[in-house]
Amino acid sequence: MSDDRIRPRFDELSFSQRLGEHAPLLLAPVLAALGLIAIGDPTTWLTLTVAGLAMGLMIFIMASGLTIVFGLMDVINFGHGAFVAVGAFVGVTVLGVLSGWTGTPDIVMNISAILLAILAAMIATGAMGWLFERVIVMPVYGFHLKQILVTMGGLIVTEQMIHVIWGPDALHIARPETLRGSVVVFGAAIEKYRILAVAIGLILFFAMRHILRSTRIGLLVRAGVENGEMVEALGYRIKALFLWVFVAGSALAGLGGVMWGLYQETITAQMGSEIMVLVFVVVIIGGLGSVEGCFIGALLVGLLSNYAAFLVPKVALVSTIALMVAVLMWRPQGLYPVVKAK
Amino acid sequence: MAEALLTLDGVHTHIGPYHILHGVDLAVPAGGVAMLLGRNGAGKTTTLRTIMGLWKASAGTIRFHGRDIAGLDTPAIAKLGISFVPEDMGIFTDLTVQENMTLAARSGAPDRKRLDWICDLFPPLRTFWHSPAGTLSGGQKQMLSVARAIIEPRELILIDEPTKGLAPAIIKAMTAALRQLKETDTTILLVEQNFSMARALGDTVAVMDDGHIIHEGDMADLSADASLQERLMGLSLEAHQ
Amino acid sequence: MLVKLISGDTPRSRLLSLIVLLIGLALLFAPFLFPGIKSLDTAARIAIFIVLVASYDLLLGYTGIVSFAHTMFYGIGAYGTALALDAWGPSFWAMGLGTLLGALVAAVLALLIGLFSLRVRAIFFAMVTLAIASAFAVLVSQLSAFTGGEDGLTYRIPRELTPAFRLMKDRILDVSLNGRLVAYYLIFFASLILFLVLLRIVNSPFGTTLKAVRDNPFRAEAIGYRVVWYRTGATVLSAVVAALAGSLLAIWLRYTGPATTLSMEIMIDILLMVVIGGMGTMYGAVVGATIFILAQTYLQDLMGIASKATAGIPLLSELIAPERWLLWLGVLFILSVYFFPTGIVGRLRGEAK
Repeated sequence: MSDDRIRPRFDELSFSQRLGEHAPLLLAPVLAALGLIAIGDPTTWLTLTVAGLAMGLMIFIMASGLTIVFGLMDVINFGHGAFVAVGAFVGVTVLGVLSGWTGTPDIVMNISAILLAILAAMIATGAMGWLFERVIVMPVYGFHLKQILVTMGGLIVTEQMIHVIWGPDALHIARPETLRGSVVVFGAAIEKYRILAVAIGLILFFAMRHILRSTRIGLLVRAGVENGEMVEALGYRIKALFLWVFVAGSALAGLGGVMWGLYQETITAQMGSEIMVLVFVVVIIGGLGSVEGCFIGALLVGLLSNYAAFLVPKVALVSTIALMVAVLMWRPQGLYPVVKAK
Repeated sequence: MAEALLTLDGVHTHIGPYHILHGVDLAVPAGGVAMLLGRNGAGKTTTLRTIMGLWKASAGTIRFHGRDIAGLDTPAIAKLGISFVPEDMGIFTDLTVQENMTLAARSGAPDRKRLDWICDLFPPLRTFWHSPAGTLSGGQKQMLSVARAIIEPRELILIDEPTKGLAPAIIKAMTAALRQLKETDTTILLVEQNFSMARALGDTVAVMDDGHIIHEGDMADLSADASLQERLMGLSLEAHQ
Repeated sequence: MLVKLISGDTPRSRLLSLIVLLIGLALLFAPFLFPGIKSLDTAARIAIFIVLVASYDLLLGYTGIVSFAHTMFYGIGAYGTALALDAWGPSFWAMGLGTLLGALVAAVLALLIGLFSLRVRAIFFAMVTLAIASAFAVLVSQLSAFTGGEDGLTYRIPRELTPAFRLMKDRILDVSLNGRLVAYYLIFFASLILFLVLLRIVNSPFGTTLKAVRDNPFRAEAIGYRVVWYRTGATVLSAVVAALAGSLLAIWLRYTGPATTLSMEIMIDILLMVVIGGMGTMYGAVVGATIFILAQTYLQDLMGIASKATAGIPLLSELIAPERWLLWLGVLFILSVYFFPTGIVGRLRGEAK
């Protein structure tokens, strides 16, 4: 079985080096354990942990596209939040149309409605991503400063267009019938929707992992992240791959938007930019270009936000920043930085 | 003599404001090993990269089987049957040896027999088959880089300084492997600084300086002529045994 | 002598010189040329934003650093002055001390951020500043007991700066010479001085080195300039000036809150102004800030009229509704980055990049 973790070049690894390498994997469980100690009551802890996992996985969905796009194409899309917002709005519209399905207490209908909303959102944001890449991003390949500015511009324009199409007010989403409320598991009240979110998030993570590790496309992406030039010299048109990866990343953001919208139950045009701060923190913690790092970072941020919100409400966001600073002190390039050939 | 497999005609390359290649004329005959020699900074790497399309020639033609490939992009050039072993080896450190080789085999899985032959040439590849390529030593990486270039039969292989910084034992193994490769139908354009290796392998030789070719001919002739060597490269074979 | 005052950084274009001169004169005589509360307020905002945007240009245009923490420093300055006036009463002493403290806190924070983050890639730095600034804004909102939270702080300023104070009994040109006028001229001259200081900085050896660092950090480091120190220096200077601009705003509005200083919208506005005006020129800030604020204040009225007129056509009416003015500015912004990378100032100077 191939070991696909990104690691620095050593001929042989001593025990402590090997431990250090695996340390990031332990971070999330360690944080969960610390949370349990701090919170005390196991049932409360369980509720918060599930909430944290759900939130973390949704952020992961949104952040993974961004980090792969950066790793592969060296393109930073500050407008990524726009896809989140558009995804949410498209999703809400579809759910509104399918209100018959969401109103009935049939779980199959409910989940089908959500899946259809997700599909619509992904198609919409995927198409939008295609346009974004061709029109806005491609002219500024290689110029990071311009990319930041131009994609921010795209964000502004998109948010305004959301207002034009959907109006200036926030929209409320009602979760489908069977996903409202909580179930009691081991004495803890756990929101049903969050269980779905965790399930979808995990499915996506494993799907992405499978694609990256076991398919030729995944191989190309992982190789391209390291050395795009060499991939071309082996005969592959990597530029075409860029576009599809960007589209996929945008579609994932749209998916995240739908999930996040249902999580919050209220959506605004600004929700994309609001969540982008957490997305960036996750990408920074994980290391630009690393999906595994992004996953761990997302879990950490999700868990910490929820624990902190319970323990010391006022400092929830600050605690996340403190986490980011702490990780950067330990590993200045993030947990799993991509070692670029150039 | 049959028409050369690869011909460069008046090739100029600019990198930013720097004019590196000043009209390179080079003919690589089919079959055998063509050496490209010259001191550091002469433009050898730039020549290879220009042939591969990684840098665009600003003037001149590059004919492969008579067809001008100077305007093509790198993937297209690779698909014509030219492979490249760069100076920095271009290993994908995150991918295993197996995955590196799989990627290099464009038509799908590597051919079993050919793979066995390559692993006999470079035994460490077998040992580290499932290890991330980043854990290999410098010499082993170099072997992987060459292995990738030959996993499928190619018409022309461009190799840039495969023995740079390697231990003598590994250089021996590399030379032996390239000699075996010579037996197949492949043409090799080899950039080297190690003259004894060059003499052992090369059939034809071209010497570069300051961005153009200052000598082209048979390796046998150059090996025999110490004063010519002295003039071209400031060394004589005897002094560098 | 005038050339010396602007540190030798002349506009280098007839049209630009004219525009800058006009703006300067308009601001100088604003209370008399454009009487009325709204227009005076607009003029004061323009002056303050010129300083704020110019300080950002120091960072972005001259040093090549993208930072999203600029509004944080703006807010620190504003809150410094506001908290002082709120806690110690409406005296010049309190105002001065608060301003000084605000600038000091900004400097220290900028130093920390600079030293910590400037060793990492530009992309990283941009994201880190975004995260820190957001956290700061949330923190300010949360610590409402201290900062007034979402509602902000309202406080009194020294009597000499309020309308209640009479400088002279008579009026000049039908404008009463009251404290509001004094306040305006305080803002104007402080802004002018800060702008001239910035010009001095960018035209000094320090400024020249910044540009070298921006264009080729490797080479700069190789020649012997510690790039980290120069970047940190630029960050600190830019932060301090931003904080001072914030203090000016706090004095003018007699109110400080998250919405007036810390919001992401303001950060985006700054970006728009500096890019449209022209990065790395300082004068770009003058032009950009003026255009932007005039548009913000008056264009929306125009759009409102147009929108009502086209109320029949559904999508069109929505697109030119006054609330959507940011949409068009966003489009202008994107077009500027592509087609006018040197901004309006660059265009006027005839520079192609």
